[in-house]
Amino acid sequence: MIFAAYFFFGCGIFFMIFGVLGILRFPDLYTRLHPAGKAGTAGILSIFIGLILYSGFSPLSLRIILIALFIVITSPVASHAIARGAIESGIEPWGLKKK
Amino acid sequence: MNPFLLITYVLSATSFLCLIRIVRGPTHFDRLIGLNLMVFNITAIIAAQAVQFKRYVYLDVALVYAILGFVSVIAISKYLTGRELHK
Repeated sequence: MIFAAYFFFGCGIFFMIFGVLGILRFPDLYTRLHPAGKAGTAGILSIFIGLILYSGFSPLSLRIILIALFIVITSPVASHAIARGAIESGIEPWGLKKK
Repeated sequence: MNPFLLITYVLSATSFLCLIRIVRGPTHFDRLIGLNLMVFNITAIIAAQAVQFKRYVYLDVALVYAILGFVSVIAISKYLTGRELHK
């Protein structure tokens, strides 16, 4: 159980590092939303799964499951709100600007 | 090495890099992307510290922090929708 928890910690750290690298290096807002969504759901969710496996089955791991469910529900909603606001306020995508 | 200490160090470094995107972002929505990811990083740090030191009250703090971050991101993006502040 402990080694499965370590495996999920490693997966979470991997997703977070490369997601933040994508946020820093991608050229546009709409391309930056892609690694932000992946790091926000996959990385954080695997870290929380590792925490659940480490702490065992208890009412306290139920609380970690609650936080993980909240993050899984609300991260795509936040990304969608940011993308819709950017479209409606007139920011053009990156590839279309060079015509 | 202690895995919770490793998680704390790595997520602190990634939230600092998100802070770089918040400072350098060309539009306000880039700053919102950095803020959204930084809130998730700090939530994971608080949860890892709570499991490490067995202070389970901090899990409530993490839940409240995640809720406040989500509400603030939705409110700021709804405030900025339709306004051409980036020109």
